[in-house]
Amino acid sequence: MTDIVSTIRGGNDPEQGLKPRSEITARELLREVGAVLRMSEADAAKLGDIPVDPSEDQTMIINMGPQHPSTHGVLRLMLELQGETVLRCKPIIGYLHTGMEKTGENLTYMQGGTNVTRMDYLSPLNNELVFSMATEKLLGIDGDIPERAVWMRMLLSELNRMSSHLLFMATNGMDLGAVSMMIYGWREREDVLRFFQKVTGLRMNHNFIRPGGVAADLPEGWRDDVLHLLESIPPRLDEYDVLMTGQPIWRDRLQGVGVITQAEAMALGATGPILRSTGVPWDLRRDQPYLHYDEVEFDVIVGSYGDAFDRYAIRLNEIRESIKIVRQILDRMPTGDYRIQNKKVTPPPRARIDESMEALIHHFKIFTEGFKVPEGEVYVAIESPRGEIGCYIASDGSATPYRMHVRAPSFVNIQCLPHMMRGGLVADAVAVISSVDPVLGEVDR
Amino acid sequence: MSLYGVPLSDSRGQRVLHPTRDEYVKTVKALLDDTFVMCADLTAVDFLTHPGRTLPEGITAERFEVVVNLLSIERRERIRVRVQVPEADATIPSLFDLYPGSEAMEREVYDMFGIAFTNHPDLTRILMPEDWDGHPLRKDYDQGRIPVQFSADFPAREPQS
Amino acid sequence: MSLIKDIQDDGFGGIPHNAITAKLEDLVGWARSRSSWPASFGLACCAIEMMATGAAHYDISRFGMEVFRASPRQADIMIVAGRVSQKMAPVLRQVYDQMMEPKWVISMGVCASSGGMFNNYAIVQGVDQVVPVDVYAPGCPPTPETLIHAIETLHQKIEDGELLKRRKATGAGANLHVTEIPAGAQPVPVILGTR
Repeated sequence: MTDIVSTIRGGNDPEQGLKPRSEITARELLREVGAVLRMSEADAAKLGDIPVDPSEDQTMIINMGPQHPSTHGVLRLMLELQGETVLRCKPIIGYLHTGMEKTGENLTYMQGGTNVTRMDYLSPLNNELVFSMATEKLLGIDGDIPERAVWMRMLLSELNRMSSHLLFMATNGMDLGAVSMMIYGWREREDVLRFFQKVTGLRMNHNFIRPGGVAADLPEGWRDDVLHLLESIPPRLDEYDVLMTGQPIWRDRLQGVGVITQAEAMALGATGPILRSTGVPWDLRRDQPYLHYDEVEFDVIVGSYGDAFDRYAIRLNEIRESIKIVRQILDRMPTGDYRIQNKKVTPPPRARIDESMEALIHHFKIFTEGFKVPEGEVYVAIESPRGEIGCYIASDGSATPYRMHVRAPSFVNIQCLPHMMRGGLVADAVAVISSVDPVLGEVDR
Repeated sequence: MSLYGVPLSDSRGQRVLHPTRDEYVKTVKALLDDTFVMCADLTAVDFLTHPGRTLPEGITAERFEVVVNLLSIERRERIRVRVQVPEADATIPSLFDLYPGSEAMEREVYDMFGIAFTNHPDLTRILMPEDWDGHPLRKDYDQGRIPVQFSADFPAREPQS
Repeated sequence: MSLIKDIQDDGFGGIPHNAITAKLEDLVGWARSRSSWPASFGLACCAIEMMATGAAHYDISRFGMEVFRASPRQADIMIVAGRVSQKMAPVLRQVYDQMMEPKWVISMGVCASSGGMFNNYAIVQGVDQVVPVDVYAPGCPPTPETLIHAIETLHQKIEDGELLKRRKATGAGANLHVTEIPAGAQPVPVILGTR
């Protein structure tokens, strides 16, 4: 069996990792530190932890991952330690590279949702939403989406934000040793997933939000289910506050850990809770409103220290804001169509297929060939639980995207890790990774 | 239309700048000074099989196009920069000095398209293994599928007990 | 197995003396199946469902499996949860090689089982090209119920399996062999079952 492994390539890739100090010159080291920390060499030199003589190697490089229980999937980090202190750190990614952007070029716009939904598997509906919005913009129908579809999209997107942040609560607790928190987080997330299953048929990877609207109307009794969620979750969030927020051990472990400054976060392009934890009130839902976010009331939660505790608190309170938004959506959910009545993108209703040959042909053509999208290119960005998720589609006028690129928030956010870890303790490394909340499916795509 | 002497076009209501490769860094620098402090996205497109796309006058279509999305937090605006990169000389200056965050994205473009970024501090592959042949997102790179086999004489597996 | 079934049904009530006799194979199989510890090998979406299976609602500890071991040395079952990329395949094999015999593999989800919808250059088209698989769980991702079914199927397999003949002398499993998938070149059919 060993020869099989060797035919599937090595898997270590030393070129992409950190090199021991003894093997490189001071100048190369400076360049490497600069590249990893994304600083000019002059700035990197000012940090002052670059030894004059690299041969005096008192440090150790350890490898964390790709199969590490707390790296949230297959993230690999190379850490250079001096004693317990992390000097250098480099994330090495690609262990979950799925070729989704290539696959996306071979799927029609109709099928594309199945592909993008598997990128950020903790907030699949946001992925579908951004892909659908980009397609609609290319088609020029972004203003014609029925009201009910828009509000449904908002409802699902917000509930997805809740389930994603609840999962963060669970994994963050687990990574820090608060195992009961893990059980609680999953319990609440299951409630939300049960609603998703009722609406979309699946717990994850729904492919429910599609170009032109959504796949189906809300099922009967959906309002009671949502009300049940809105009733049951807030008291449990208060429980979390008791269990964690005010608890001295929790605070000690998170406060001041993994600090990133405002300037660093902006320069690195970090978005979402990471950027907000540094005090920048940037939330695309408010600042570049899409759907009907300009019509609902909510607060943008902002931190001030840029540490792991701020990121935890932001996410916890964003669940509360999402609940607030969902309440308003419940009040305003209109009746009407759940998808656009446009022959070009909408298949005929099931009942029509039985009676009309044209409808059958139309249905068949849409599902086999897809619909053609005019030439052009767009970039659409929305706020996913992890930050700005953007979709860049270049179309050549055919039924498949010519190029489909997703700007994944985790991919960018994870590049902040070297900054957050520098000078910290190796024992805090797990807390820092956890507070970034990366989804590796989205990092590697 | 033009901005900083660079052709400006409109794509579905979004502003797109089309600098040449020589003007690229200068234009992005001007945008950075004009509050576009965040490089939201940097990617590329391989237009091998679609050469006749619409571009503003004076811009020659080349095989590759590097696409940079910039974001102004202060003005809540976005702008896109599209640069033509010829196949024969697939290099373009790196934005590392202006936007440090573009480092990983440029590595991804290098990995997926084989476009080299000059003055990039660490131009290695990021997603694929280092010894991988070819650049997967190029249009002349096969998707690499395994044919699904449903033949009756499919060799039987040895029973594992 | 009948003895164990009797005990399961009636407890020790039907047995006059506190001694039971059984085939060693049965007893070992029974013991093994009821405390098989999984190695946490979460890769993608399926890992989330695997964790959900471990959480309160589905409660995998009912099957003696709640201890997800971080170290492959302590694990009996590897649940390959998610798509395996070309870059990850050697790592997966290394983790598998570090596990102690007897060991079993569940391929969770279509991506791990067959590549799923990602029939492309980056994904290994079926984890059985890298490690021998005992049970395949379908679904994208499989629901926790599906995973529990796969686990129960595997438990049955462990119980019924012959103790000493499980692996061939090579230590290899499904006896599959595949050559490298050339992504850039023309598609090459995979030849299974030959070495």
